[in-house]
Amino acid sequence: MTTKTPEQINEDLLRPLEGTSPRYLAALTFFVLVVLAGAAAFLHQVYAGLGVTGLNRPVFWGFYITDFVFWIGLSHAGTLISAILRLSNATWRRPVTRCAEVITVFALSIGAMFPVVHLGRPWLAFWLFPYPSERGIWPNIRSPLLWDFFAINTYLLGSVTFLVLPILPDMALVRDRTTGWKKKLYHVLSLGWTGTPRQWSRLEMAMRIMAVAVIPVAVSVHSIVSWDFAMAPVPGWHSTIFAPYFVCGAIFSGIAALIIAMALLRKFLHLEDYLLRIHFENLGKLLLVMSLLWFYFVFAERLTTWYGNGSSEMAVFWPTQSGSYAPLFWAMVVCNFVIPFPILAIKKLRTIAGTVVASIGVVIGMWLERFLIIVPSLSHKYLPYSYGSYRPSFTEIIITVATFAGLAMLYMLFSKIIPIISVWELKAGEVTETATAPALARPEQVRAD
Amino acid sequence: MVIDLDRCTGCEACVVACHAENNIATVGEDQAARARAMHWIRVERYYEGEFPNVKTKFMPVPCQQCGAAPCEPVCPTFASYHTIEGLNGQVYNRCIGTRYCANACPYNTRFFNFYNPVWDKPLDLQLNPDVSVRSEGIMEKCTFCVQRIKAGEVQAAAEKRLVKDGEIQPACVQSCPTQAMVFGDLSDPESEASRLARSNRATRLLDELGTFPKVTYLQRGSWHDNENA
Repeated sequence: MTTKTPEQINEDLLRPLEGTSPRYLAALTFFVLVVLAGAAAFLHQVYAGLGVTGLNRPVFWGFYITDFVFWIGLSHAGTLISAILRLSNATWRRPVTRCAEVITVFALSIGAMFPVVHLGRPWLAFWLFPYPSERGIWPNIRSPLLWDFFAINTYLLGSVTFLVLPILPDMALVRDRTTGWKKKLYHVLSLGWTGTPRQWSRLEMAMRIMAVAVIPVAVSVHSIVSWDFAMAPVPGWHSTIFAPYFVCGAIFSGIAALIIAMALLRKFLHLEDYLLRIHFENLGKLLLVMSLLWFYFVFAERLTTWYGNGSSEMAVFWPTQSGSYAPLFWAMVVCNFVIPFPILAIKKLRTIAGTVVASIGVVIGMWLERFLIIVPSLSHKYLPYSYGSYRPSFTEIIITVATFAGLAMLYMLFSKIIPIISVWELKAGEVTETATAPALARPEQVRAD
Repeated sequence: MVIDLDRCTGCEACVVACHAENNIATVGEDQAARARAMHWIRVERYYEGEFPNVKTKFMPVPCQQCGAAPCEPVCPTFASYHTIEGLNGQVYNRCIGTRYCANACPYNTRFFNFYNPVWDKPLDLQLNPDVSVRSEGIMEKCTFCVQRIKAGEVQAAAEKRLVKDGEIQPACVQSCPTQAMVFGDLSDPESEASRLARSNRATRLLDELGTFPKVTYLQRGSWHDNENA
């Protein structure tokens, strides 16, 4: 890394905040239009009824719940990884943490929308709030859906705090460099940050507490999401392995999303000097570990199901392995293991382009995984008389696509308002870089980039 | 409830009676083809043997009113709950349509209103005033004709007596031409339903799941065993 002066860092990282290019506006407009199409599809669904989806009896959950689990999983990119990297004092994390934490907040918000989108009567979703009401009834604490409600809200609150705290010094920096209405805006956003030693030590303490606190919350969230399935006596769902299996898959897809986001930011915001090959390589190694772990979980889960040979389990097992769902299943294995494994294992292929290709495979594969957990089990539930199948409708597809555009839209807007790389942390890193070597990289490797 | 499969002819009179009694919407051909038909009781057909020696078996399946019902704990709003009398109640007003109960139900006897129900004229005139009509977005299921149970209890209370065995009949039981179905109080060991449930011809559907279904199926035994039960 060529050493940069603090002024250069300010210049490079605050540049995206200063103006917009026509290309940026065109892309943003496109994403906004796709999001609006999704919103229109949802309103149509509320007006007409859930009949506009492809859901039926017995497949009462389909694309929406797949999307829900997928997005909640993706949200594990940020806060969890960032917290672990902070706690392990990995200095190479400095340019990575904020783009990771932003993914968490946005992916989680999108994921949390889906339980409402999929409701039969979404306008009554607030009945999950435990408040004394004229209805004289509390929500049912025995229901995993209520656990979900609390877990997701806790995680959202925690990760927003985790994201906002280290933003404050940067907001103050922007405040001091701008004039006019922008100065007023950033004055509010900086929440009175003046940079006194007292404030710095409080921030440091708060970040240390949050980093420790947010890890168990993140693990609990995806465990509880898995229990939405594992608690129901449905063949293929009722499994003790589900909680760790889901947490593993969540971190897996989360790292992949982070790599893709970083590559895009690097290209479009010209951050080539900050997001280096070493970052992609280190994250690629993490992704490799998660890919192996994921394969191990799938193998263990499939093997015990097959060996157990329960008649109702096998009715789900065979359609997934060699029946109508087999193309999806094997596509998932290719995307999650066959493609990423060699790319990430061979050092020569573990380049920026290589890790991005592997990550795209993982994101697709993990979406398929969630679909394959939900639909085959529901469509082959015990009594053969009521076996069924599922085909998504146009409404479900457009809402799914719109959420991807939604993440892109939110990310683009965020990177225009707030520096996507933590300026003060990077400067702090420049000072201490020589003292503490990057945890996962050899020093000469850093310099080679 | 006890259902004698050796007596069932698969005529589906119970299905029709149930629709009429409980204001169940007919969803139409197109929606039925999309597997959205609602029949609180259905007659499942299973075939045994190879052609031409095929035997068809009929099995009427209503909600099994499980003692330990998987649908109940998963509902976040207590729409699906256990009544004091041991029925699996479904409170339509509380339902927000998560459909979790339907996924948890191993018998697939829960139904979702994908659209608002429509009754072509003059069918709207035959709606049962004792049963609420369900709207789009909520779950519904067999209630063992709870409105008839309540009416029977009110009648008995007015006459200052206990409900007599066989006095209350759900629509399906009442309409069965071969009297394959018997309804009664399982907490009364002397009731006809309790007596038949102890028969050695008795089986319960998916009993191995530990749901303690309250519907007993009788099949494949000599009539003699049944008499001694």
